[in-house]
Amino acid sequence: MKLIKDTAVKLAIPLIAIFFGFFAGAIIMLASGNNPIAGYAALIDGVIGDAYVFGETLRMMTPLIFSGIAVAFAFRTGLLNIGVEGQLIVGWLASVVVGIVFDLPMVIHLPLAILAGAIAGGIWGFLPGILKARFQVHEVIVTIMLNYVALHVSNHVIRNYMLASGQRTDFISPTASLTSDFLAGLTDFSRMHWGFFLAIAACVIMWFILWKTTKGYELRAAGFNPNASSYAGMNVKTNIVLSMVISGAFAGIGGAMEGLGTYGFIQILSSFTNLGFDGIAVALLGGSTSIGIFLAAFLFGGLKIGAANMQAGANVAPELVEIVIALIIFFVASSYLIRLILNRLQSKKEGK
Amino acid sequence: MDYVIEMNNIRKEFPGIVANDNITLQVKQGEIHALLGENGAGKSTLMNVLFGLYQPEKGEIKVRGEKVEITDPNVANDLGIGMVHQHFMLIDKFTVTENIILGNEPTKFGNIDLRKAEKDVAEISEMYGLQVDPRAKIEDISVGMQQRVEILKTLYRGAEILIFDEPTAVLTPQEINELMEIMKKLINEGKSIILITHKLKEILAVCDQCTVIRRGKGIGTVNVKETNQNELAAMMVGREISFAVEKTVAKPKDPVLKIENLVVRDARDVKAVNDLNLEIRAGEILGIAGVDGNGQTELIESIVGLQKSESGKITIDGKDITNLSPRKVTESGLGHIPQDRHKHGLVLDFSVGENILLQTYYRQPYSKNGVLFYPKMYEKAKELIEEYDVRTPSERTLARALSGGNQQKAIIAREVDRSPNLLIAAQPTRGLDVGAIEFIHKKLVEERDKGRAVLLISFELDEIRNVSDRIAVIYEGKIVAIVDPKDTTEQELGLLMAGGKQEKAGESN
Repeated sequence: MKLIKDTAVKLAIPLIAIFFGFFAGAIIMLASGNNPIAGYAALIDGVIGDAYVFGETLRMMTPLIFSGIAVAFAFRTGLLNIGVEGQLIVGWLASVVVGIVFDLPMVIHLPLAILAGAIAGGIWGFLPGILKARFQVHEVIVTIMLNYVALHVSNHVIRNYMLASGQRTDFISPTASLTSDFLAGLTDFSRMHWGFFLAIAACVIMWFILWKTTKGYELRAAGFNPNASSYAGMNVKTNIVLSMVISGAFAGIGGAMEGLGTYGFIQILSSFTNLGFDGIAVALLGGSTSIGIFLAAFLFGGLKIGAANMQAGANVAPELVEIVIALIIFFVASSYLIRLILNRLQSKKEGK
Repeated sequence: MDYVIEMNNIRKEFPGIVANDNITLQVKQGEIHALLGENGAGKSTLMNVLFGLYQPEKGEIKVRGEKVEITDPNVANDLGIGMVHQHFMLIDKFTVTENIILGNEPTKFGNIDLRKAEKDVAEISEMYGLQVDPRAKIEDISVGMQQRVEILKTLYRGAEILIFDEPTAVLTPQEINELMEIMKKLINEGKSIILITHKLKEILAVCDQCTVIRRGKGIGTVNVKETNQNELAAMMVGREISFAVEKTVAKPKDPVLKIENLVVRDARDVKAVNDLNLEIRAGEILGIAGVDGNGQTELIESIVGLQKSESGKITIDGKDITNLSPRKVTESGLGHIPQDRHKHGLVLDFSVGENILLQTYYRQPYSKNGVLFYPKMYEKAKELIEEYDVRTPSERTLARALSGGNQQKAIIAREVDRSPNLLIAAQPTRGLDVGAIEFIHKKLVEERDKGRAVLLISFELDEIRNVSDRIAVIYEGKIVAIVDPKDTTEQELGLLMAGGKQEKAGESN
């Protein structure tokens, strides 16, 4: 019975948070002289109204799923990877470089380009991992700083070695591209690409690694209790590094999705893409589970795509969508707090 | 009757459980009243009701015959009720006096009048024979002395009724005796004491009355003079308990664990284990007696591979395991019941089954080519849960949800089932109730009889004396004596643990 209650609570928290987020958004719309019903109708219309926006939503989801998985994977093993943004940027760059430089048949070229993204992201995760394992440097600080390093290194490389026209690189060769005429045709020429299916596969892979493999068991054990894990003979330090590498690799592939799928190039970034940072919200809202991440990515991806229609259809500022997203995250975070307090109370009672 | 405290028919519910069900506790003026019960029986809840931390659903509290509502701890303080906590609430860097007056500082012209405070503290200390130096810093004084500071704290605030929460858990035998003397003195000066404990010996030694609670229900109050250990235990647990650990004479064979000239430095770079030599043979239980902090932790951790030793040699069955990784040591034939089961023994957010396989998950048939077969794991876990009588709703229940005794049984199942030649049990019964203790002691003896070497580390002298075949006394990182439990008294052991010499045991101190 307790198990059912737990599951119900787990599901209820994000749903309540989403509801509150939209509710607060409605109040803001009212206060700013807009009709919230019209606003949200336009939003929904902008997400699933036609094949094009739906395709764009799925396209937008793709990197968010990867960054969400990256955050969740690290989190499940007791690490806070705030560096998904940077790992995603270097992954994007690396995949584009491989996509441009090499001339190979597609069966080799495309996987190689994706792999390059994974490796670059993995290296960007390895650094904070090894620093934490070896010198107990907290991963949050290192990963945050590495975001800036990634951003500026990537811009430097593009500006000095790869600039083609304006602010961007050349297009990648078609043999490294994830774009699909089939999917584009299906969705009224949206930019939806094969990466969406890779993202679904990534959800399955994350679940498999954590819950079906021996390593996953070790990683989860170390996440919950590193002391008991080392008493049981596990090598906690190696596991920290491995977990950061896997997390970074997921993020790097997320970047490759943008480079090989959505855009086909990388441009000089004037600021962060926010895809990585949004991954934190996706993982949080999704409760760090594969299915949860998929659904949360759909919500955030949809909000971002639908925001455009809110302005066009109901004259609501797209910034409002950002506010709604922020409020949802706020309510998810605070309901975790509420849950924490509930748990505390309960365990206190049980303890006495 | 002149009861100083009356708690009549107290009922305290929490959603889903009744922590206190119709419990009555009546304490007379000037007596030491024991509150006896297993862990989780509801002792703390009852005392928290008395101290104003919880409000009861039913029942009444009378202090000195007058009905009172104790809505918060301040009210309890005003009524003269003081609590001596099990975990001291002292600031290390402050002096005794500063700690005592904290939150209740006497002032003179807006400044703390430390001189007056010191005088007051010295006076109270004198009056009850506490022998505390008001100016000593907490970090410089012994644990026993720190506890006396806690007592002083309640007295300084005018407590007439003192609640002692498991006060002897941290003390050496000598300190326990001193504490008992202090308690008697407090009674002579007109105070009343409630002693929360699950140690029967202490009750028999100092208490006048004893109220027993079991699973939230009041079982009854007995006059200590008219009862005995077995009766109290039966009341507490609800069945007969055997105290003497049943075992035959040990038949030790070849040495299993050999430690030669071991040196281990602790985190502060002090030699915590200093040139230690020890040998344990198959078929014997060797108990290590010592006051906490004399190198026990470092000794265990260096054997199991969690701490590097600086020099010396450790072998299991002749195989050199010095500074090997924990996994390699385990595979060389070591089972280890760690001292802190929540921190080191279990992953509390894993299921019981996952915990039971924590040492063997990577082996066939559970793991093949990197894939873990959970059904196989749970099958094995189910078997062991049955065999070791781990009471859990299912093998998939989180370890967190189990009682301490059942958590410990799960650990024992895991460690013993691998049939290690050397079994290290560090404080295996700490915080457990008599029923679980009985089970664990039985298991240790069983393992010994199967021809395994058992290393027992405990701060409970009774446990060491009852279970061990030989006792090694550790002091400042060295084994200072190896004695036979049959012809060594608790007093002698206590002296050795405090650094006294064996042959002069009678004269020193």
